[in-house]
Amino acid sequence: MDAEYIRVESEHSAMVACIGAAATGVRTFTATSAHGLALMHEALHWASGSRLPIVMPVVNRAMGAPWSIWPDLSDSLSQRDTGWIQFYCADNQEVFDTIIQAYKLCEDERVFLPAMVCLEGFILSHTYTPAKIPDQDEIDAFLPAYKSGWTLDVDHPCTHASLVSPEWYMEFRYMIQEAMENAKKLVPQIDKEYGKRFGFEYGGLVEKYKCEDADLIMLTMGTIGSDAKLAVDKLRKDGQKVGSARVRVYRPFPVEEIIKLAENTRMLATIDRHISFGMEGFLASETKASLFNQKDRPLVAGFIAGLGGRDVTSETVEKIAKKSLQWMRDGKVEKETEWVDLRE
Amino acid sequence: MNKIVTVKELPKEEYLLKGHAACAGCGPAISLRLLFKALGNRMILVVPACCTTVIQGPYPYTSSAVPLQNILFESTGAAASGITAALRQRKLEDITVVGWAGDGGTADIGIQALSGAAERETNFIYVCYDNEAYGNTGMQRSGATPYGAWTTTTPSGKRERKKDMPLIMAAHRIPYVATACTSYPVDFVSKLRKAKGIKGTKYIHLLAPCPTGWRYDTSKTVEMGRLAVQTGMWVLYEIEDGKFRLNSPSDRLADKSKRKALKEYFALQGRFRSLAKDDVEKIQKWVDEDWENYRKLASNCVSDPALPGKI
Repeated sequence: MDAEYIRVESEHSAMVACIGAAATGVRTFTATSAHGLALMHEALHWASGSRLPIVMPVVNRAMGAPWSIWPDLSDSLSQRDTGWIQFYCADNQEVFDTIIQAYKLCEDERVFLPAMVCLEGFILSHTYTPAKIPDQDEIDAFLPAYKSGWTLDVDHPCTHASLVSPEWYMEFRYMIQEAMENAKKLVPQIDKEYGKRFGFEYGGLVEKYKCEDADLIMLTMGTIGSDAKLAVDKLRKDGQKVGSARVRVYRPFPVEEIIKLAENTRMLATIDRHISFGMEGFLASETKASLFNQKDRPLVAGFIAGLGGRDVTSETVEKIAKKSLQWMRDGKVEKETEWVDLRE
Repeated sequence: MNKIVTVKELPKEEYLLKGHAACAGCGPAISLRLLFKALGNRMILVVPACCTTVIQGPYPYTSSAVPLQNILFESTGAAASGITAALRQRKLEDITVVGWAGDGGTADIGIQALSGAAERETNFIYVCYDNEAYGNTGMQRSGATPYGAWTTTTPSGKRERKKDMPLIMAAHRIPYVATACTSYPVDFVSKLRKAKGIKGTKYIHLLAPCPTGWRYDTSKTVEMGRLAVQTGMWVLYEIEDGKFRLNSPSDRLADKSKRKALKEYFALQGRFRSLAKDDVEKIQKWVDEDWENYRKLASNCVSDPALPGKI
């Protein structure tokens, strides 16, 4: 591989080395997890603010204290507002495919933002599964040579990321927001093109499963999306009209897709492997926020599950669905946030 | 190319452009201008949060005529590692990468990334321009603030000693470590040019007097740096491939009787106003001890007047 591996002394330096290299005109890649990601936090802002198309898998693991090495999404969701695009994957094939897709997206001049490709620790990171890896030339045909918006160039000297007064700063932020909106449009196109070439397609922003006629839709992220499909099949067999939708791209948040899903359903149940202390899971909050201005909106119930690696199986999802169906029939969400399988 | 004997030999080209935003009499600004003259414009400058964040001017203006990457406070070394790797990939290795950081960004928050870059043998020049406090934010004490100096966070004088960054960097066994001072431009420029010709991490620790923080008249910056050297408070030396060498005029000051009295240096600076007599004695003792160490280090090496050091 025509590449150089920089063995840095910390995650903070890893991200800054990526920023330096990307700014000097080469494609960059690094990976991290949990506390390493938290240490990077400051540099994440610097990367997106500099509009550098860095791609980084994040192995989702719980944050300490106390120490945990097991999965939940608190690490990457804590980085929600850093200006990074965030993908969440359900299996290892998707992780690989999404990394390639992410480069295509990030290096598009309408975007020029960095992206995290998130995968849950152990469940995906320590699991062997067969995966189809296309040949290099096939990938090259899909993903052209590295492109960024700017490069440190001695022949065209510029000063980058200098002090910006209130007179100018807001416009730079607005441009990031616009780039996020552009990314929202491009993700489905890129996913479709990738699917055509390589045979794997993931539904763009949201992967939907049996949602068309569903009374209840389970909204998930990451691997719980796979368990939800099994639960949906089981419940359908029992005559319940249940579907599931996996939010694959969390930033930009697929507001329009959530609205569309909500149009023909009576209830949405969100499952967050995450908690924003003092409130609820982000997926719950943002689903509700997406629907607030809709005239007829379904009930939304929020469930917290699987923190710090507690197992979430299809049975867990089934249990959540049954409770949600009960609330749906009652016409009232009994509890705004329900913690699943909590020790009493 | 490397050696110059007088400042008259410096190139006429200016890469620190007019209208920069430094304080009057700013030692770092004088030195930055020299750095550009020494190395030319085939360079990339990496600047963390420091006075130069201000000196370069705010967007959409800049006072740098070379590509300048502003970067996080603690991360100059890491950014340089990324940039040099990318230059290698793009076969642009003739471009010099320079980290230009203050003493806080070097001795305190930036020491990890610098240490990491040095251990990785990143091919770049790192210049710590040391004004002995966090000048950008209004003079808070740093690890490089000397004992006894007033800062806003040491209102009655700092009670701890200055961290010895050049020797810390020498302990990384990098090929080139040098000290310099704004007031000795020929020495500084020659050291930069020598560093440019060496592969690996090169570290130059530059004492850069600061009228705003040191509390002296803005016309006295050059004099202040000279006094720092002439009193032996600051010592000009270089360590090339582990060989220590005192540079002029410090090489003539190993004999204590040749050095000016410390109080001459202290008396001109408001920051040392609250120094007690026994403080001065204490500092003198430390200075003498340091000199004993330098003398020993120098005696192990052959004297080589590689740098003329005239001003």
